[in-house]
Amino acid sequence: MGIEQKLGNLGVVTYRLEDVVNWGRTNAMWPLLFGLACCAIEMMSSQAANYDASRFGMELNRPSPRQSDLMIVAGRVSRKMAPVIRRLYDQMPYPKWVIAMGDCASCGGVFNNYAIVQGVDEIVPVDVYVAGCPPRPEALINGIMTLHESIRGEKLDKWN
Amino acid sequence: MGLVRTPARDNIQELTVEELRAKVGTGMEILDAEEHMLLSMGPQHPSTHGVLRLLVELDGETVVNLAPDIGFLHTGIEKNMESKRYLQALVMTDRMDYLSPMTNNMAYIMAIEKLLGIDITPRAQTIRIILAELSRISSHLVWLGTHALDLAAMSVFLYCFREREYLLDIYEMVAGQRMMVSYYRPGGLWRDVPDEFVPAVRHFLDFFPAKIADYEALLDRNPIFLARTKDVGVISGEQAVAWGLSGPSMRGSGVDWDNRRDMPYGGYEQYDFAVPVEQEGDVYARYRCRMREFRESLSIVRQALDRLKPGPVNIDNHKIVPPPRAELGRSMEAVIHHFKLWTEGFCAPAGYVYHVIESPRGEIGCYLRGDGGNKPARVHFRGPSYVNLASLPLMAKNRFVADLVSVIGSIDIVLGEIDR
Amino acid sequence: MTHDELVVKIINENLPGVVEEARDFRGERTIVVPKARLKDVCRLLRDDPALRYDFLSDVVADDYLPDYPRFAVSYHLLSMPNKHRLRVRVWVEDPDDGPETLAELWPIATWLEMEVYDLMGVRFAGNGSLRRLFLPEDWQGHPLRKDYPLGYEEVQFSFNWREIDAKKPYAKVVVQVRVQVQEEVFPGPGT
Repeated sequence: MGIEQKLGNLGVVTYRLEDVVNWGRTNAMWPLLFGLACCAIEMMSSQAANYDASRFGMELNRPSPRQSDLMIVAGRVSRKMAPVIRRLYDQMPYPKWVIAMGDCASCGGVFNNYAIVQGVDEIVPVDVYVAGCPPRPEALINGIMTLHESIRGEKLDKWN
Repeated sequence: MGLVRTPARDNIQELTVEELRAKVGTGMEILDAEEHMLLSMGPQHPSTHGVLRLLVELDGETVVNLAPDIGFLHTGIEKNMESKRYLQALVMTDRMDYLSPMTNNMAYIMAIEKLLGIDITPRAQTIRIILAELSRISSHLVWLGTHALDLAAMSVFLYCFREREYLLDIYEMVAGQRMMVSYYRPGGLWRDVPDEFVPAVRHFLDFFPAKIADYEALLDRNPIFLARTKDVGVISGEQAVAWGLSGPSMRGSGVDWDNRRDMPYGGYEQYDFAVPVEQEGDVYARYRCRMREFRESLSIVRQALDRLKPGPVNIDNHKIVPPPRAELGRSMEAVIHHFKLWTEGFCAPAGYVYHVIESPRGEIGCYLRGDGGNKPARVHFRGPSYVNLASLPLMAKNRFVADLVSVIGSIDIVLGEIDR
Repeated sequence: MTHDELVVKIINENLPGVVEEARDFRGERTIVVPKARLKDVCRLLRDDPALRYDFLSDVVADDYLPDYPRFAVSYHLLSMPNKHRLRVRVWVEDPDDGPETLAELWPIATWLEMEVYDLMGVRFAGNGSLRRLFLPEDWQGHPLRKDYPLGYEEVQFSFNWREIDAKKPYAKVVVQVRVQVQEEVFPGPGT
């Protein structure tokens, strides 16, 4: 406020660093192009014409984990797939977030058996759980909005 | 359980080629370990349509050998169904081939009906056929969208998903769910279709032919698309039969076989439709087959709507079908039936049946063995994607890696059905 | 003569005594043959000009646990020219000594038998590519057998939420490395 008054109308805006960085992080969040099962089809729907995830700057799915910020675990995670998911997560650079999309990724869903990991939170830390089998695209978008909200509230010392 | 592996590993090392080769266990013979490059494609790869992993041996850019490594989505569906009652196990079939849940339901439900020895009402038959054909269209739309996306045609993807949303709205109208419908039930359907159903489907029949023309205008003579599909991934008719290919993948090789026409089930014998067959056996032929199937499916739906007459959708046998809600208030017998059905389920006789129907991907078979109890003793599905995948090495050998992508798209695999 | 009867007649003419049992259930014909003669029967079924079962649709293994013989393997054949389906079934006493592979007749058999081996553990003689297909390569046991547990985990409800939650192996956020580096460069006020 002070600097704007002293400098006059020079096109300088001051703002809190936390807010600027969090704003930047939320508005161009690139998800990892990574679908597992049924929920991946709904994830594709949410990026297609009717739901249009590019409204939130996330139409660009990156196939490489090195370029992505958000991992949407869309579908059931089998015991064979679990190490792969962990490896993909480890390959993503900070800051990174995980959305467990659907019941199977959140808690195992209807598949409570030998082959399925009962919740992807056993493998990677999850930020947002989206319920539904599969969740509607609106539900996924709501999950993303929830994630954005929590990121906007992040403090400097919690950044990584 | 002692069998559970601990998946959370913090330090995952990079593998050398030798370790990779030992670990993959695909049984693939490496032809020339010195000169050739071994490439692991997937399980996280944009054009493997899920979590398929391919071990590819490359000479320069040419694929000399190839072995699919599957199981990254193994869900234990067959085992899990054995621990559930017949009706409860139905929800598992939706999640197998998640692009066309209706045909999966149909295979499983018709197997149950065969085992029980019951017939369903004509109205239920007609509605089943309408929804199965709409399911075929919506599945082919996802196939077309992703296949074109793999071959760098982004707009087709957007158009296809736009039309698919309309079909999903119809699903939601009849079953309350967009994808995992579980709408077919033993003895009929979950409940009758609402009044808005027929106008909605008629509207779809009106606008969709123009959309097919749009897709064809975008792709049929597109030089990029032609260059990547013509004469790519050729498989002959004899090979296709020997390797168990089915569905449009087989009909693209000139094998004139469709279970709907040749071994009709569920009332398909009353409909008049053509079976599209193409002779070339390449990716483009399979593409043409599916595009022509769109129109045939539309014609079946049109005929079915014309013969849709009012009537009951469920049979009268309340040992299998729950009694209507209105009866519960006044009939003690209905209450008992309702209670027995939802607590114990129905029992099926001992014996085994195998029912085959034509899914969008090919011939999906359901093997069902009952032991006299209320749970299936063994359920097995012949996943058409699983069998179709087996001929991938045959089609992709001695082609470029880029062609591999187009071949994978053309056999239209769904990993949920491969791994089950 | 129906096609079902014709099948049995032709097999009896060419390979006498090989059909142990021919049964019909819900309009489906099943032929039970001895394990050792399976390949001969299938070759006849494929090559006979009147039968021509040219398409191997599926291979399914069954586990009848308390009974003996314990395993049964069913081959579902389709004759495209005759529009007819047939099931050939063999009983398997010892899963390690299973039927011979049919890869010579139908190449797809390799692939279908692989699935049976992985999930049911029936070993097909002569099939060189039997391996773990769906499950990780170090997995023990064959899940579709009746003596294999389903392996479910206890479901959390509100009354046992804490108890199970305490046991669940949640993944941790791994940021310690980065914090350590910062502490070395900028020692805090307390040090």
